[in-house]
Amino acid sequence: MSVAAMRSDASATRRRRVSNTLTYGFLAVLAIVYIFPFVIAIITSFKTEPDATANALSLVPHPGTTIAFHQLTADNDFFTWVKNSVIVTLSVTFLRVFLDSLAGYALARLRFRGRGAAFATIVAVMAVPGVVLLIPKFLIIRQLGIYDTYYGMIVPLLVDAAGVFIMKNFFESIPVSVEESARIDGAKTFRIFWSIVLPMARPALITLFILSFQGSWNELGHFIISAQSASLNTLTKGVAQLASGQLGSGNRYPLKLAASTLMTIPVAVLFFVFQRRIMNASEGAVKE
Amino acid sequence: MRSVRRRLREPGIRGHEARAGWAFLLPVIVILGLFLVLPIVMAAWVSVSDWNGNGSPFGKNAHWIGLHNYRDLLTTPGLDQNNFGEALRNNFYYVLLVVPIQTVVALFLAVLVNRRLKAVGFFRTAFYFPSVTSSVAITVLFTFLFSPSGVINKLLSYVGATGPTWLYDPDGLLHLILKQFGVNQSGGHLAAQYFLGVSYWDWLAGPSVAMCVFIIMAVFTTSGTFMLLFLAGLQGIDDSINEAAALDGASEWKKFRYITVPMIRPTIFTVVTLGLIGTWQVFDQIYVGTKGSPLGTTLTPAYLAFDTSFNQNEWGVGAAIAFILFGIIVFFTVITRVLTRSPDKVPRRRRFGPTGPIGDPKLSKVEAAAP
Repeated sequence: MSVAAMRSDASATRRRRVSNTLTYGFLAVLAIVYIFPFVIAIITSFKTEPDATANALSLVPHPGTTIAFHQLTADNDFFTWVKNSVIVTLSVTFLRVFLDSLAGYALARLRFRGRGAAFATIVAVMAVPGVVLLIPKFLIIRQLGIYDTYYGMIVPLLVDAAGVFIMKNFFESIPVSVEESARIDGAKTFRIFWSIVLPMARPALITLFILSFQGSWNELGHFIISAQSASLNTLTKGVAQLASGQLGSGNRYPLKLAASTLMTIPVAVLFFVFQRRIMNASEGAVKE
Repeated sequence: MRSVRRRLREPGIRGHEARAGWAFLLPVIVILGLFLVLPIVMAAWVSVSDWNGNGSPFGKNAHWIGLHNYRDLLTTPGLDQNNFGEALRNNFYYVLLVVPIQTVVALFLAVLVNRRLKAVGFFRTAFYFPSVTSSVAITVLFTFLFSPSGVINKLLSYVGATGPTWLYDPDGLLHLILKQFGVNQSGGHLAAQYFLGVSYWDWLAGPSVAMCVFIIMAVFTTSGTFMLLFLAGLQGIDDSINEAAALDGASEWKKFRYITVPMIRPTIFTVVTLGLIGTWQVFDQIYVGTKGSPLGTTLTPAYLAFDTSFNQNEWGVGAAIAFILFGIIVFFTVITRVLTRSPDKVPRRRRFGPTGPIGDPKLSKVEAAAP
């Protein structure tokens, strides 16, 4: 290696060090911007209302209190909301994962007339924006007589075209040989699917599980149009009503923020448990 | 392989597979048909009827009135047209600001966290976290942050500035800027001419200060999702290209401008398309945060459709708004699709991104990632 090359190497190293420091500076500032709102939300939920209003920015509740949590669990049917969110989310998630993989498998592996057309239809359906469907969905739910029931809240969410798409892609990526030998042994299609293919699809199933859980836990619009009884309020709907009730009068920020914090816990836990998978999912096979 | 071909020729097994195939697909087809296709047909009927929510829309309470509802929104002066015009204007400025800003911020974040640095995983997590939280929780958080005596205004007061009342402030951003230049706020003759029930002067209002809160919130919550998409794109770039450019003495900016950006063009198009589709569907935030106030400056077509149907009982008008909104979204999807179909072919997997689970960018993220 020539002297000149070594010198340029050294200056490159110096330059890299400077640019790394700069990058860290940027990252630190940005991280604060992204994290701070959540930190202040948690802190505020332990404040009294006057304290939260007068000292919005203070990082120490003065006095510290859990009164917001007590209020929340005492007056607001909070447990009903939790119960409904859990029922709906778990039913939707497990059934959706199952039904989407069934369909994905059929589209990826089974040969039958009309398969292409079925797939094209599902892709077309994916293109319809969800918000546009709120009114139409209400109409059909009412017409079917399942308005204001768990059925109306759950069944329309059971299938999503995107999930079918993800599963189909995955099944196409796994080798066909294992199923072949099972089939030669005379196993029925559903058995092959259930006991051979599905266990191999674990990564895709987990991805779909995360998406479905997060999607149905955070869903608001569909629950607004599919039910009206307070006893069927989910967390999103309950907290939304809590929040939108009084933009003018007493602000009740500690209460609202306590509710938001609590409702975020399940998705946050899921996120941190599967963090590596979620974050690396889109990176494919990347070293580091 | 030979066994596959042999089986294809055996009608018995093929018939069996066909039955299984349709059986496997049945639940999905029934549910999608029942809760997607059929409702669209029903809503199409309602949008050309005078149904007011009583009884069944197929009973004697609903009558065919042709395009009356659409005319009410588009050509007949009145409250419906005025609301719709305002909602379109509000959402237009929302899209105009959110899409470019979130794309640039997401790309910037992705470039930063794509470097080989320690603790980079922590930063990725921090930027992505807002994307997993619910729109309800985030909206509650932002109404607190941007309340008149809230966190943002406290911060502003430290630098000697007095913040606006944010969600209570209906003033348009462009109007406020024009005011700085001494432009008469009555709007002059621009205030006398109307398009969709909104005066030219009001079309030029820009997003209201209240709407700006939702704009900032949208960037905050979606930049992390799109950061992941960009990250995937960036990691597809071969290191050797950058190294070669560095040897040729290219600066960081030049490398970014002439190597990175052209190489991730497909991802940029995906992000812009998903952004356009998502930003025309603002509903949750408005429902939770403002219900369209102050002075209708945070109304959006999606929220207006809901409000017109469920609260005003003008179901036909509400359904018509939904269909027009659908048209707007399809229009933008097709436009970006046409632009995407440019010389370099987009990889097959990515190509479905834009069509994707529209309105939920999170889904398409994983879709692009699906192994």
